[in-house]
Amino acid sequence: MTEDREVTIGFGDISWRRSGQAFRFIFSYILMIAGSLVFLMPLFWMFTTSLKDQSEVYTFPPDFFPKTWLWSNFPNGWNYPNMYFNQWLGNTLFITIMVMVGVLLSSSLCAYGFARIKFPGRDIWFMAVLASIMLPGTVTLIPLYVAYARIGWLDTFNPLIIPVYFGGGAFNIFLLRQFFKNIPVELEEAAILDGAGRLRIWWEIFLPLSRPVLAAVAVFTFQGVWNDFYGPLIFLTTPEKYTLALGINMFKGMYSTQVPLMMAMSFLMVIPMIFVFFIAQRQMIRGVILSGIKA
Amino acid sequence: MTSIAGTASSQNRVKSFVSALTATKHRRDTIEGYLFILPVVLGLLIFTLGPMVASLYFSFTKFDILSSPIWIGLGNYITMFTQDQYFWLSCKVTLIYAFTSVPLGIIGGFMLALLLNQKVKGIAFFRTCFYIPTVVPAIASAVLWSWLMNPDYGLINAALAILHIPPYSFLGQPETALPSLVLMSLWGIGGGMVIYLAGLQGIPESLYEAAKIDGANEWDLFWHITIPMMTPTVFFNLVMGLIGAFQVFIQAFVMTSGGPLHATYFYNLMLYERAFGFLQMGMASSMAWFLCVFILVMTLLVFRSSTFWVFYETGEENQ
Repeated sequence: MTEDREVTIGFGDISWRRSGQAFRFIFSYILMIAGSLVFLMPLFWMFTTSLKDQSEVYTFPPDFFPKTWLWSNFPNGWNYPNMYFNQWLGNTLFITIMVMVGVLLSSSLCAYGFARIKFPGRDIWFMAVLASIMLPGTVTLIPLYVAYARIGWLDTFNPLIIPVYFGGGAFNIFLLRQFFKNIPVELEEAAILDGAGRLRIWWEIFLPLSRPVLAAVAVFTFQGVWNDFYGPLIFLTTPEKYTLALGINMFKGMYSTQVPLMMAMSFLMVIPMIFVFFIAQRQMIRGVILSGIKA
Repeated sequence: MTSIAGTASSQNRVKSFVSALTATKHRRDTIEGYLFILPVVLGLLIFTLGPMVASLYFSFTKFDILSSPIWIGLGNYITMFTQDQYFWLSCKVTLIYAFTSVPLGIIGGFMLALLLNQKVKGIAFFRTCFYIPTVVPAIASAVLWSWLMNPDYGLINAALAILHIPPYSFLGQPETALPSLVLMSLWGIGGGMVIYLAGLQGIPESLYEAAKIDGANEWDLFWHITIPMMTPTVFFNLVMGLIGAFQVFIQAFVMTSGGPLHATYFYNLMLYERAFGFLQMGMASSMAWFLCVFILVMTLLVFRSSTFWVFYETGEENQ
């Protein structure tokens, strides 16, 4: 995860004469290995269950590995009758991309305004933005639902996408503002002397310089939309319009005995998250830390 | 003389020119500033403030969406507090969950961070192992844990069978359903762990060295340096953790449907059923406002308490 640049100690470096040190070292390793096994076991179980035969799942005690590795569970689950996994993936990807664009553009514009321009009322608005993080979503949900019903937005992707273009999330604004504040003023002043407008400075200086934070925001947004359950549950009603999360819930509701197929589909939903984690772990961890400490 | 007067007047001219310039710059900044933050200003007005006002109004009405809202004053609140048997039940369930899962999560995450804060080989790998569960989508982990806790074929019962403990229906019994969800929440302590790790690494080494010179042992170092220095991080995670725990929904909705015997009937699940099951939008709005006020009061209380246990390095800048 975070690579330590300092010296790390391995088994060879331990002075075995000092029993305290050696004991502690071994004890830590045992704890770490046992803990990791416990933490990874559920995921491992999900994977092996997804490759088992239907009958194999219903045995007790359960077998650790499938007798034959039924890779066909994956296509079978994906193409299960009355399920629309192709469509659901498409919907999820469409919503994800639209939301990501909205979040990145909108939150970075606002963050620039809050970080770099002095104007009356700025701090009050920023406090309002921060305060909105605390507000439980259900307070605004019902009137929004009523309003969306009036303008015919229910059972469309609009409620999940359009609001994002208005600010892109209080937390993202906060994160980007922190970063923008640390970009040297000289860069900006030089650009102003060259006659660049603020919009160009934002686009040509601030955005390229903040790629790591933008990446963190993008990754969080991707995770958020991919995992979102409550929003789609409330706003989408036609099964063809569902997202993957809702689709898997529907599968669970209708065919709860098809355990291997259900696990296969759930596992498919986990894969992109793990993949994204390994590509972007540096940015993600930094973002998590920023969110947890600098607040 | 004349030359001095000349410079003075030209200075004045420069000054007024500069002030005129700053005035235009000021006005321009104001316009540009608001243009930049316009999205979020509009967003707050349209998607937060407006709906908040509407929601407050709805909370004093009987409203089923199909017909227009009927004003009933405090009716919803009175029903909620005095007649609806499930209201206090759902509050209880949610509070028990929040006040067990959050402290356990903090303690677990903190201990994990201490364990993984050593400079030993392969540490990055172990950190990754503990963090991975936090990226699993909630729906996938709900499906997975339902199966793990299955009374007849689940892995957890298989593990207990080795210890000769008879199979148990964790989610199917009212006594254990809620504790099982708490246990499941602990699978995600890797998220807190990363934050505590960063906090631990941010403690200056010099503090420890100075204390060691003064003859402190490792236990002293832990109690008098590590713990105090970590309190701000713990505090923040406590606040955010509680706010999150009060709003739990998906586990109850997908895994237990609030049962058995309403043992996992979380507040947000009840609110969801009232709003979108029974179309009692007025009642649901009252519930949403009660939650909002409750979270606010809780947060203020935790903030108040923080002066007693949260250590800030620079006492004067204590905000």
